[in-house]
Amino acid sequence: MYDIKALYEAHSVDEAIKLRLEHPDAQILAGGSDVLVQIREGKRAGKELISIYMIDDMRGVTLCDNGDIRIGSLTSFSHITKNEIIQKYINVLGEAVDMVGSPQIRNIGTIGGNTCNGVTSADSASTLFALDALVELTGENGKRVVPIADFYIKAGVVDIKPDEIQTAIIIPKEKYTDYYGHYIKYAMRNALDITTTGCSVNVKLSEDKKTFLDVRIAYGVAGPVPMRAKSAETYIKGKSVSEENIKEFSNAVLEDVNPRDSWRASKALRQHLCVELAYRAIKECVSLAGGEL
Amino acid sequence: MAQYKLVKFTLNGKKVEQMVDVRASLTDMLRNDYRMTSVKKGCEVGECGACNVLINGECFNSCIYLAVWADGKEVRTLEGLLGENGELSDIQQAFIDEAAVQCGFCTPGVIMSAVEILESGRDYTDDELRKLLSGHLCRCTGYENILRAVRKTLDKRLGK
Ligand SMILES: Cc1cc2nc3c(=O)[nH]c(=O)nc-3n(C[C@H](O)[C@H](O)[C@H](O)COP(=O)(O)OP(=O)(O)OC[C@H]3O[C@@H](n4cnc5c(N)ncnc54)[C@H](O)[C@@H]3O)c2cc1C
Ligand code: FES
Ligand code: FES
Repeated sequence: MYDIKALYEAHSVDEAIKLRLEHPDAQILAGGSDVLVQIREGKRAGKELISIYMIDDMRGVTLCDNGDIRIGSLTSFSHITKNEIIQKYINVLGEAVDMVGSPQIRNIGTIGGNTCNGVTSADSASTLFALDALVELTGENGKRVVPIADFYIKAGVVDIKPDEIQTAIIIPKEKYTDYYGHYIKYAMRNALDITTTGCSVNVKLSEDKKTFLDVRIAYGVAGPVPMRAKSAETYIKGKSVSEENIKEFSNAVLEDVNPRDSWRASKALRQHLCVELAYRAIKECVSLAGGEL
Repeated sequence: MAQYKLVKFTLNGKKVEQMVDVRASLTDMLRNDYRMTSVKKGCEVGECGACNVLINGECFNSCIYLAVWADGKEVRTLEGLLGENGELSDIQQAFIDEAAVQCGFCTPGVIMSAVEILESGRDYTDDELRKLLSGHLCRCTGYENILRAVRKTLDKRLGK
């Protein structure tokens, strides 16, 4: 039995917003793989919950008329990985969320929960940063959309107003077209382990595959929230595809990242990982894009 | 104040309904109201897979799944694999034949993951199987015999 004070169930987004306004102290429950575990641990015990898990309209991936990809916030990790639109246009996201926990966790865990928890190690987050994803929130007065980088306020805190829930993640067409992405999760075990440091890179090469037109690189666990390494991005833009340039690019990330010591890993190991993962990830992207090093 | 809700769902092919405390996990409901004791309480935080069941054909750790969410769904547990007269299914027999069971605590959960794999109707490499079974902790067998039991049953079903 869970220590829950009261459970309110929403079956539509409108119902969820109404419940949010009626019960300002209640917490949102999606798949519950963070929330229910924290209730067991006592951290969130005795609270009121608004369950949104039964809102089926919030599940699924769609290719919009304008070419943007819209992922409903309740879409599970396994359904993202298996989805044909994801596989065709942003396979890197499907691969990244296929590294979460275990098969059972990937069936219950949602992309909404993975971003709303505000956690730096969340396996979808760095890839969403590297894709310049947008977050759609729905409240009393309709929808608003914020860039994912602005959605994160600080560790564990995201920009959700008291009447809102997150309803979708959107990947704009111009952010994925002609980009090739790769995510590396570094952890101590292959399954059921939290990321020590994760790195996601997106690369767009020139038509002759010799120049970096654009590169976006983002990290999990290189700071209190997921982050981009902008200095490294600026360095590599317009440069030629060469071993020397990607080495410089990888070293440049140290100007941006700010990992800390924790019981999982030291700051020094994480800095080393930031450089090494950047190098390996961009190399893989170049190869996916048809370039040569 | 206790809060109850009527939940209607399909359990191992049979339509059932139950008034359930909204604070109950699906493990609680399956064990206490339906005596489905194959569903084990191991860690109760989603890490070990001992409570694993199939919901609409996919594996879920029932310890971190609210009982009320079962409403309208199709839930399957190990008990549903037995034949009319209690005969074991091929995958259960394979676990015995390959000595993939020692204390047996993890076994029902692992077998339900195996069922999802087998029912997908496709083949997998050993590495893929390892990944698909990685949501289970077994403190006895060392996993090799479990992998072999799943491999052999998969090969048989695919006529290999
Ligand atoms: C055994 C185990 C292993 C795990 N391994 C990993 C791992 O390897 N990598 C990883 O990244 N995570 C891992 N997790 C954490 C968890 O599975 C993910 O963070 C998952 O994405 C959470 O999604 P959920 O739907 O279960 O969220 P919930 O637990 O329901 O919610 C998480 C948070 O987000 C809020 N929330 C959820 N949805 C919304 C919404 N639509 N609008 C507003 N607020 C919302 C909730 O209020 C809560 O604060 C693991 C968890 C377990 C139990
Ligand atoms: S008891 Fe449910 S995963 Fe361990
Ligand atoms: S047989 Fe004992 S835990 Fe697996």
